Amino acid sequence: MWTLLKIELFKIFRRPRTYIGFGAITIIILIIQVGLKFDGESYLELMMGGINDTFDIPYHLILNGYLVAFIILNTLLIHLPLLVALVAGDVVAGEANMGTLRLIMAKPFSRTQWMVAKFMSSVIYTILLLTWMAILALLVSIAIFGTNDMLIARSSGIEQLQKADILWRYLSAFGFAAVALSTVAALGFFMSVLAENSIGPIVSTISIVIVLTILSEMKIPIYDQHVKPFLFTSHMLAWKGFFYSKADANGMVIRGSIENISSIIKSLLILLVYITGFVTAGIYIFRKKDILT
Amino acid sequence: MADLATNKKCMFFRRMLVLNLILFALTPAGRAQDVNLIVQKIRMKLDQVRSYEASAMIKTNVSFLKVPESKVKVYFRQPDKIRIKNETGISLIPKGALVISLNGLLHGEFAAIDAGKDTVRGIQTRVIKLIPSDDKTPWVIASIYVDERLMLIMKTKTTTKESGTYEISLKYGKYASWALPDQIICSFNTRDYKLPKGITFDYDDGTRKQVEKTIRDEKGTVEILYTSYEINKIIPDQVFDN
Repeated sequence: MWTLLKIELFKIFRRPRTYIGFGAITIIILIIQVGLKFDGESYLELMMGGINDTFDIPYHLILNGYLVAFIILNTLLIHLPLLVALVAGDVVAGEANMGTLRLIMAKPFSRTQWMVAKFMSSVIYTILLLTWMAILALLVSIAIFGTNDMLIARSSGIEQLQKADILWRYLSAFGFAAVALSTVAALGFFMSVLAENSIGPIVSTISIVIVLTILSEMKIPIYDQHVKPFLFTSHMLAWKGFFYSKADANGMVIRGSIENISSIIKSLLILLVYITGFVTAGIYIFRKKDILT
Repeated sequence: MADLATNKKCMFFRRMLVLNLILFALTPAGRAQDVNLIVQKIRMKLDQVRSYEASAMIKTNVSFLKVPESKVKVYFRQPDKIRIKNETGISLIPKGALVISLNGLLHGEFAAIDAGKDTVRGIQTRVIKLIPSDDKTPWVIASIYVDERLMLIMKTKTTTKESGTYEISLKYGKYASWALPDQIICSFNTRDYKLPKGITFDYDDGTRKQVEKTIRDEKGTVEILYTSYEINKIIPDQVFDN
């Protein structure tokens, strides 16, 4: 299994397409960081929603590495599925397209083993992409902007997290995001089984993610109540929940708390169900499939 | 007989003098002098402290803010320089609260008017209204509630030009002889909190279904609990720089 996985990883990282994601993330993050470095205070004034009329806001302290990383994640994590789809949609269909599938199936391992290795390699690629993003978004932002308490703007108000209460939230959020993006990888993997060329599964995975994201963001009550709770795209954003903390009776933030942990666990379970569903269905279809190429 | 007439005259003049003094004390001019004397005494008490560095805890209670308690250092230097610094993080301080510190209020030219008496936390206080003479002063009118027995300001209400009205309640303890409070509660009006939807970092977890509302015109408080003061310590200029 390990040998299979190494072979699949070698295949993924030999393709130039794999590095598009890494390059795109690097460029976007650097653009955001440079923009915020030179005009971050104007952005923060907008973010403070008029409370600067009442309070003296120390913008130079608020604009720190933790907040910049949070802004980057909010901007990018919604687009990262598209980059994951570029690779995951190609894993099986790419072989069919190149005509190597029949040759591979002649090797002494089961189809299930090969499919599991294929999916695992997609997940490893996803995690590496996310890790690269974490390094650039968090570590580089900390190096440029330093650290301090983090102020988060929500529709209900502003929340402050103390400096020492932030890093574990990032680690948890990245862990959750890895599961969320693996769901997209699983969808791409499933679509890849159904096609004989790479473009179809990549485009269809991206289209599904876009359509479902739009449905998740729409505020139409009938979708909100009956459709949205079941869409994986609605639950992919639950990583943000790690940055919302509970308050005591006096409205003071409780350090180390999470506002709605049950909602995060529920979202995590739903995503795991989706992953299991897509992967199982993909393997089942592939095992039954007549391989003609 | 002549002595008796002189004595009667003297008695009459004495009675008249006492009556005049009583009447003078009851006139606004007399009372004005009285409140000016009170203000002067308070100023003298405040002037004992040329500077201080205090350790304090700050608690902010505003409907649209969810912030932790934080440890701060409060720096003060005569006549009215004051700075609150959070050494380990960020503290949001209401605008104008620093401008309207007691020293900020009482140093400068103003007219003091007696506004009667009132009770603050069970203590009888003299209410004195202050109207600044200088147009450049950031506040337009202030009321101070003075405990005349201890010559301590128990409460202030200040209307500023730009930041609304602030009510500051002061509680004293072991630093009362220096007129330095152990606790300050600053109440103020908060403005609207509006945030363009595009830039909120919200996500709907499916549990909060109530209609989003705009929070407006509510009262907020900031409580400062002083734990220690280092009085008349030399504070370098750069502490007060932004």
